[in-house]
Amino acid sequence: MTTRRRGLSLLLVAGLGLGAVSCGSGDDKPGAQGSSGGPVTITVGCQPPKSNPKEREGWDADVAAFQKLHPEITIESKDAFPCINPDTFQAKLAGGTQEDVFYVYYTDVQKIIKARQAADISQYIGDVKAAKDLRPDVQGVFKDGDKTYGLPRNNYNMGLVYNRKLFTQAGLDPDSPPKTWAEVQAAAKKIAGLGAGYVGFGEYSAGNTGGWHFAASLYARGGSMVGDDGKTAAFNSPEGKAVLENLKTMRWNDNSMGSKQLLQWEDLMRMMGSGKLGMMIGAPDVVQSVNNDFQGKFEDYGVTAVPESEGKSSLSGGDGYMFNPKASPEKIKAGLLWLEFQQLTPGQGQFNYARAKEQGRPVGLPIPDLYGDSAPGKEIVALRKQFATVPVDHFTPYVTAQSTITNKLEPPKAQELYAVLDVAMSAVLTRQDADIDKLLSDAESKANKILAKNT
Amino acid sequence: MTVTQERVRRPQPRAAGPRPDDHGALKRAVGRNLTAYGFLCAALICFALFSWYPMVREVVLSFQENNFVDPGKWVGFDNFRNVIEDPAFRQAWLNTAVFSGLALVVGYAVPFVLAVVLNELKHAKAYLRFVVYLPVMLPPAVAVLLFKWFYDPGAGLFNQVLGAFGLPALSWLDSTSTALVSLVLVSTWMNLGTGTLIYLAALQSIPGDLYESAELDGAGMFRRIWHVTIPQTKLILLVMLLLQVVATMQVFIEPYLLTGGGPENATVTVAYLMYQYAFNFGDFGGGSALGLMLMVVLMTFSAIYLRVSREAER
Repeated sequence: MTTRRRGLSLLLVAGLGLGAVSCGSGDDKPGAQGSSGGPVTITVGCQPPKSNPKEREGWDADVAAFQKLHPEITIESKDAFPCINPDTFQAKLAGGTQEDVFYVYYTDVQKIIKARQAADISQYIGDVKAAKDLRPDVQGVFKDGDKTYGLPRNNYNMGLVYNRKLFTQAGLDPDSPPKTWAEVQAAAKKIAGLGAGYVGFGEYSAGNTGGWHFAASLYARGGSMVGDDGKTAAFNSPEGKAVLENLKTMRWNDNSMGSKQLLQWEDLMRMMGSGKLGMMIGAPDVVQSVNNDFQGKFEDYGVTAVPESEGKSSLSGGDGYMFNPKASPEKIKAGLLWLEFQQLTPGQGQFNYARAKEQGRPVGLPIPDLYGDSAPGKEIVALRKQFATVPVDHFTPYVTAQSTITNKLEPPKAQELYAVLDVAMSAVLTRQDADIDKLLSDAESKANKILAKNT
Repeated sequence: MTVTQERVRRPQPRAAGPRPDDHGALKRAVGRNLTAYGFLCAALICFALFSWYPMVREVVLSFQENNFVDPGKWVGFDNFRNVIEDPAFRQAWLNTAVFSGLALVVGYAVPFVLAVVLNELKHAKAYLRFVVYLPVMLPPAVAVLLFKWFYDPGAGLFNQVLGAFGLPALSWLDSTSTALVSLVLVSTWMNLGTGTLIYLAALQSIPGDLYESAELDGAGMFRRIWHVTIPQTKLILLVMLLLQVVATMQVFIEPYLLTGGGPENATVTVAYLMYQYAFNFGDFGGGSALGLMLMVVLMTFSAIYLRVSREAER
C-alpha cells in the first residue's frame, strides 16, 4: 500500500513536471520547421468550427485538394470560434502556440504591425499573382509604408441593415429603404410603434463597440476621427455632434431605440435575429451572422448605404491573414500559396460558389469585395450571380451606392479611441440631459492625450 | 484538558533529524516521508507555476515594453506613468473603492444575518441551507447573465416586481447612479452562499451553554448576539472581512459581462481597466503596471489590517 502511494506521488510530480516542460513548447518540432525544398508543415487559423459543419467540410476539401497539388506542404488547420480572440492572441504569441498563418480583423492589423507581432512578407508577396489585382485600399490595410504584412480574406464597408419583414409590418416599403436620417427616424418610430419589445433603431454603447459605431456614423457624414497627421482628435466637429444629436432625438424624443442600452455586439445580433429590431448600422456580414448564429433568415433582411453617405466615406471592415513573426521563409511561402488557393482565387476555396450552393449555403451576399472592378472581381460577381441562393435584390441599394462611397480605414489607436467614445455614446443613450458639446469636448481632450502617447 | 495531557505525554517524534553519523536513520527518515515530500513537491510546483511565476512575470512585464516576440525592452516607470495619466485611471480606482465599500456593507452583513437566522431555525434548516448555497453552484457567467435579464428595463423581472407594487421602473444598469449598486447586488447574490455557510459553521461551534447562561442572565436576542455570537465568531469575522475586501477590489466579471464599463465609465474598475490595457489595447506593460499597483494596495491593506487586528486582540 505504501509503495503504491509512493508511486502515485512520484507519478504526480513527474506528470506536473512534464506538463510544465510541455507548456509553451508549441509546434517547434524539427520536422515542422521546413527546409529549403523539403516538406513543410504550416498551422493555419480560422478553420470553421464543428458547429458549422458545411463550411468546415468545404475547408477540409480545400485542404485535401491543396495538399494534392502541393504534396510537400501539410496544412494543420486550427479551429476556433470566434477566429480571433483578443484574450488569447497575446498569450498564444507568448506561449509559442500562435499559428504560422493567423487570422486577424482589420481593427487589429496596424496595432499588430506596430508591435512587430507579424512577419514582413514584402519579399514574397510578388509570388502571389492575385495580389496585383487586389483593391489598393484593401491591400493597404496590411501595409505599413512600402512593407506588406498580410493578405485580406474579407472586405466590406458599413451600411444600414434593416429587417424587411418589420418594414412591411410597419407599413413601410422594404424595397425603398431610408435614404436620409429623417427617414430613418420616421421608420424607427413606426417600427417601435408595433408594440412592446420592438425597437426601431439599435445602437451599441459599451465594450468599445459604441466608439466603433460612432466612427462609422461619423465617416458616413463626412467627418474624421483624427486629423491628417494622426496626432490630434478631429471628431469634435459638426459631423460628430450630428451623430450624437440624431441618436439623442431617436432615444428620447421619438422613444424608438428601446429602453435597454449599453448594448454590445452580440446584443444587436440577437435582437436582429429575434425579429424585434428594425435597423442598425452594419455591413452585409451582419446578415450572415444573424442567419448563421442567431436564428435569423436571410430573406428577412436587406442592406442599404448609410443614409446621406453618398459622395462621402464609409468605415471599412474585414479580416485577413498575417504571418507569425517566427515563421521560416519556407512557411511563409507555403502559407502564401495556401492563401492564394483558398482565399483569393475566383471559383475556388471561399469563392467556390458552386459547392456552396450544392451544400445549401447562402450565396449572393455582396461581400467580400477584394478586387473591385478588376478582372477577378468581375469574375467573382458573375459567379455569385450564377449560383445565388439568397435574394440578391435585397442588397442592391448597398451595392449601387458603392460607386459613390470611399472606403475609409479605422483611426490609429482605434480601440483606445473607441473606449473614450463609448462614454459619449452611452451618455446620450442613457441620460436625457446629456450635454453633447461637453461630452465631445471631454472625449476630444482624452483622445488627444492618447494620440500624443508614443506617436 | 484531556487533550493537553495527551499531548504532553506523547513521545517526541524523531523528525528533528538524525545524528550526522546515522546515515541509515537518515535514509529511513527520507524513505518514511517520501510520499509526503512527493505531495509537497506537487503542491509547490502548482503554486510556483500558477501563482508565483505569474506574479514575478507581472512585476517584470510592468517595467517592460514587450511584444512577446522580441526580448522585452526595459522602460523604467513609463508604463506606470502612462496608466496614471489615463483619464479612466482615477475613475477606475474610485469605482473600485465604492464597489468594495458597498459590497462590504451589503455583502458582508447579509450573509452573517442569514447565518444567524438559519442557525436559529428549528425546521427546514437543511433545505434552506441548500437554497442559500444554490447560487454558488451556478457558473459566474450564467449567474451574471441571469441578472442581465432581471435588470432589463423593459421586460426585466425587477421592474415587473416594482410595477406590481405600483412603483416606478428603474434604469438599473443604464443609469450612472444605479449601475454600480446593481453590480454589488449581483456580486452579493453570487457569493452569499459561501459566506453564509462559513458563518453558520462558526456559529454552530459556539457552545450552547454560553447562550443558556446569557438567557439565565436575562439577555435578549440582540444582547445574546452582541455579547456571545460576535465575540465567539470574531476570528472568522475578521478573516472574512479581509477576504471580502481583497476579493471585491478585484471585481471584473460583473462589469465585463453586464455593462462593458458603462454607462459613462461608471462601472470601469481597476481589474476591468487592466483587461482593457492588456487585451484590447495590446499593452501588457500597462495592464501589468495596473495589476502591480492593485497588488501593492491589497498587500498594504492586508498587512495593516492584520497588524491592527492583532494589536486589538492583545
